[in-house]
Amino acid sequence: MHLEVAERMLDHIMQHSRHSRQWWRDALAGYVFISPWLLGFLIWTAGPMAASFAISLMEWEVVIPPFFIAFKNYVNLLKDPLFTLSLSNTAYYTFIGVPLQLMTALFLAMSLNLKVRGISIYRTMYYLPSVTPTVASAMLWLWIFNPEFGIANAALRVFGIPKQLWLLDPNLAKPCFIIMSLWGVGGSMVIFLAGLQGVPIELYEAASIDGANAWHRFHYVTLPMITPIIFFNFIMGIIGSFQIFTSAFIMTDGGPQNKTLFSVLYLYRNGFQYFKMGYASALAWVIFLIILSFTLLQLKFSKRWVYYETELKM
Amino acid sequence: MTTRTATWPQVRTVIRHLLTHVLLLGISTTMMIPLAWLISTSLKGRGLEFVFPPQWIPDPIVWRNYWEALTILPFHLFLRNTLFITIAATTGSLLSASMVAFGFARIRFPGRDFLFAVLLSTMMLPYVVTLIPTFLLFKFLHWLDTFLPLTVPAFFGDAFFIFLVRQFYMTIPIELDEAARIDGASYFRIWWSLMVPLSKPVLATVAIFSFIWNWNDFMGPLIFINSLENRTLALGLASFRSMHTARWNLLMAASTVMLIPVLIVFFTAQRYFIQGIVTSGLAGR
Repeated sequence: MHLEVAERMLDHIMQHSRHSRQWWRDALAGYVFISPWLLGFLIWTAGPMAASFAISLMEWEVVIPPFFIAFKNYVNLLKDPLFTLSLSNTAYYTFIGVPLQLMTALFLAMSLNLKVRGISIYRTMYYLPSVTPTVASAMLWLWIFNPEFGIANAALRVFGIPKQLWLLDPNLAKPCFIIMSLWGVGGSMVIFLAGLQGVPIELYEAASIDGANAWHRFHYVTLPMITPIIFFNFIMGIIGSFQIFTSAFIMTDGGPQNKTLFSVLYLYRNGFQYFKMGYASALAWVIFLIILSFTLLQLKFSKRWVYYETELKM
Repeated sequence: MTTRTATWPQVRTVIRHLLTHVLLLGISTTMMIPLAWLISTSLKGRGLEFVFPPQWIPDPIVWRNYWEALTILPFHLFLRNTLFITIAATTGSLLSASMVAFGFARIRFPGRDFLFAVLLSTMMLPYVVTLIPTFLLFKFLHWLDTFLPLTVPAFFGDAFFIFLVRQFYMTIPIELDEAARIDGASYFRIWWSLMVPLSKPVLATVAIFSFIWNWNDFMGPLIFINSLENRTLALGLASFRSMHTARWNLLMAASTVMLIPVLIVFFTAQRYFIQGIVTSGLAGR
């Protein structure tokens, strides 16, 4: 019954529309096919984003009903020394860590781009650390950095350097996390490798004929040709690093002296240990806006240094 | 002189290859040292992990550590939970990604390009911004401490997976669809009987990524799961640490157990894995 009515209505729309029957059918089919994502986007992305902004304007704790306090959470954030500390810790980890990660990944990719036999075995070994579950690798590095029995100190011993406290040393804790992140650069490495293999061989040949040495070829051919990849890995690296959580949660839980209290860790504490949902949402929005503005800033400046050979359309 | 001697360029090539292998081996060894240390510690007898400088080859080799590590906590439960979540979420991701990608790649409809741009931008969205409302939503639905928050969203499609499959569909000639349509096939038929079988390689990529992400996921279970019997391996491993801080050999054994399935999947399907990462990297171009 209903179906008939609906069909007749659809027929009516089709007959009196400037579009053909086929156009309407395609439109309907298209939306049916993407409907899971569209629904999911509303339920798990757009809705929560709006909600988290709304919650950030409220005093929302467990026992008392939430009430509207406008931007007070944001004002309190700015006055919260732990929040500013968590931001500076995260900035340190991101802006020192990501460039080092990129250099390491590019170096590894370039070594894999050398033409010798058995390269796929090396590639596997380079990549393996990045599939290691974060919890397992956090446990492993906790043990590596153990001040009494870890191999980090054993390695220093070879060079006659005295034992370090590593994760327990307020000055070394953040560098420890950066070292650990360098071990897992396999993802960006594979992307770099694909980029390196996409550089036309003729460019290198032409450069060689013009008398370019290895450094020149790297500086004037390789680097400009892979700037889109550097850019991509840089942006994704920043987004990822800014949200470091699991390893810090397991290995140091913010210590020593809050030197590894990263932003998302602080957000987790506020939201899921102190149940201050409003405050935690404001924190989430600040993190989001920082990442967003940084991404937009990069996109703007990218035109100056990123070289696109051809306009690729998605 | 009648003996054949290698010419200078040949010698140079051999030397260059040798040096390259030395370099590659050096790096590989560096990358493998932490994992070797993991396995070495996991096989050491009680107390023998506390020797400095460390011993690399455990003496004696104690396989029993694995048995002990897996029986202190109900790891068989954690394993069952993790498998259930991983399989359910992967099934959901496969279905939703291939279906949504078909819509974006093969059907012309108003708003398509705009919506696809929205989808791409969600790939860069920090997850923290939706974390708290999502938690509150699941709380409201009484889904906390069940597997639903960790599996149901997969059935609505993940932007990265949709993107991967869509890129693959774009490489299949559109004439195939047109021929099928002339034969009277519906869009649903074209998707299910034509595109899905043709896109097996990319579906393998999706399955592998989904498996590894769900297997490794820590924050999701940490926030949505409370009770001991509903924990996943990642969560179980973390709680193991807080209970037995000083049993490093057992902790390393448990970590190795968590790593092994990932390694098996990675080694059997490495090609698909690398392909997936490369495709995602090309998104940046």
